[in-house]
Amino acid sequence: MIVFDKPKSLTDAPLHYCPGCTHGIIHRLIAEAIDELGIEGQTIGIAPVGCSVMAYNYFTVDMVQAAHGRAPAVATGVKRADPSKIVFTYQGDGDLASIGTCETIHAAARGENITIIFVNNAIYGMTGGQMAPTSLPGQVTQTSPYGRDVATQGYPLKICEMLSQVDGAAYLERVAVNNVKNVKNAKKAILKAFKNQVEGKGFSLIEVVSTCPTNWGMTPEKALEWLNDNMLPYYPLGVYKDKYAEEAAK
Amino acid sequence: MAEKVLMKGNEAIAEAAILAGCRHYFGYPITPQTEVAAYMAKRMPKIGGTFLQAESEVAAINMVMGVAATGKRTMTSSSSPGISLKSEGLSYIAGCDLPTLVVNVERGGPGLGGIQPSQSDYFQATRGGGHGDFHMIVLAPASVQEMADLTIHGFDLADKYRMTSMILADGTMGQMMEPVSLEAPEVHTYDKSWAVTGTNCEREHNIVNSLYLVPEALEKTNFERYERYRMIEENEVMYEEFMMDDAEICIAAFGVAARVSKNAVLAARAEGIKVGMIRPITLWPFPKAVFAKAAEHVHTFISVELSMGQMIEDVQLATKCTRPVLLCNRAGGMIPSPEEVLAKIKEVAGGMSK
Repeated sequence: MIVFDKPKSLTDAPLHYCPGCTHGIIHRLIAEAIDELGIEGQTIGIAPVGCSVMAYNYFTVDMVQAAHGRAPAVATGVKRADPSKIVFTYQGDGDLASIGTCETIHAAARGENITIIFVNNAIYGMTGGQMAPTSLPGQVTQTSPYGRDVATQGYPLKICEMLSQVDGAAYLERVAVNNVKNVKNAKKAILKAFKNQVEGKGFSLIEVVSTCPTNWGMTPEKALEWLNDNMLPYYPLGVYKDKYAEEAAK
Repeated sequence: MAEKVLMKGNEAIAEAAILAGCRHYFGYPITPQTEVAAYMAKRMPKIGGTFLQAESEVAAINMVMGVAATGKRTMTSSSSPGISLKSEGLSYIAGCDLPTLVVNVERGGPGLGGIQPSQSDYFQATRGGGHGDFHMIVLAPASVQEMADLTIHGFDLADKYRMTSMILADGTMGQMMEPVSLEAPEVHTYDKSWAVTGTNCEREHNIVNSLYLVPEALEKTNFERYERYRMIEENEVMYEEFMMDDAEICIAAFGVAARVSKNAVLAARAEGIKVGMIRPITLWPFPKAVFAKAAEHVHTFISVELSMGQMIEDVQLATKCTRPVLLCNRAGGMIPSPEEVLAKIKEVAGGMSK
């Protein structure tokens, strides 16, 4: 008999996310990783500003809610206060790749021994669907109503590619949660990102390419297709840096 | 009493913070407070502490917030333009009810301003220092010894009331050297059951948070916080009175302005003018009662400030405008001389005798 259980590290609070939103899957993968590593009692999470601000209600671990973009700085403080604790941030694209770009890059440069879960769905969800730093060229949003015009609105930031040039980063991988195979890969990557921290290996960031059916104006099913056809070509999945694997191979 | 050592004001703050148990300092270089960071960079690695030069003032205050959330003592220091950058963090720290110590060694403004001493961040410090309804406890030292003593006291007040204590000094206080005696303070313990230290799977999770989407709940936290502020106004006011017993003219001044004014008061007294001084040590809570009491016998108040006149409004409020409150000021990094203050006192005394 197979019994499907809720991970121990998730609370019983009903998730507030929209139907078809993939935050729920990603929360679950994090909770499974925490359970499997047996670190629930030692973990402290940092919630962002944006749709996942209330992540603090969904994990059973101690949580801090940070200002928009500042989660890596708050995480740095928490980790430096007690390096024996496992500290993770959960951040969206506006939070991590726009207002918090500076904090993200410098936490990576310092090689902070923390884990960042970066959810990239190419749009600001909480505020109702504005252009994100990761919105695709031509993507229609509330603040790019004629499609993102790269001549005036610039190009999307590719965070994993960019951080792969930062010496302090230990592990960078881009995953997606649009099908079973990708969810399984995402799980492996998230688990590794937490395990790295337990082993003191330094800065790990997992970018999870995700959907926003509500603000993309699509059904959940159509959103998964759009992710596959439009986002993945621009944001290729894979490992962008694995310092320890590279060193082992030498 | 411990042996006296000659120290810069900025260094005295740093060493006092270490004596008070602060082991986590985050900062960013800015004149005229950089000695705090330099001192911490030398000392912290030797005592198992953290010195971290952050990528920005914004990051530094958020690192402070992270440590504070774990219940440990932590601080940052900066000067005026840097404090503006920290104001976002100060508001979140207030909303989360976290104890922190923040030092502002003020320089002239607005904008990049200059690097010479100023007191022009008085409004910013005493009116909250960020968005939303909140206060910081604002302590204004007037000597290197007070730089140290108020730092230690500030950590205790921050822990006691779960809020930010700000040391509001000016460039003079930061840069000048004086003998100072530093002693390890009495250790007090505070309830920190709210801190994020890991549940150890033995308790419900703690959440450090300033978000309340239900307005009734948010209003409740504001009322509760202001009840605490009321207790602070009742119990934590600090000031110094100088030659006030028979004073007909009262100088209001803090920090370096108070040191200059003290000389002017002595010179005026030598000429038979009945003048005294009230030096607020806590700028928030402002020593309202002592000013109100003084207004019973003082004819005129003179607010001596290194700004275009900011504390003067608190003196007017405290005395309910029952007496004239005049301004004697320099700005932009200039410091009034004792002669300038004396001239103002004489001008007022001359007007009174007419």
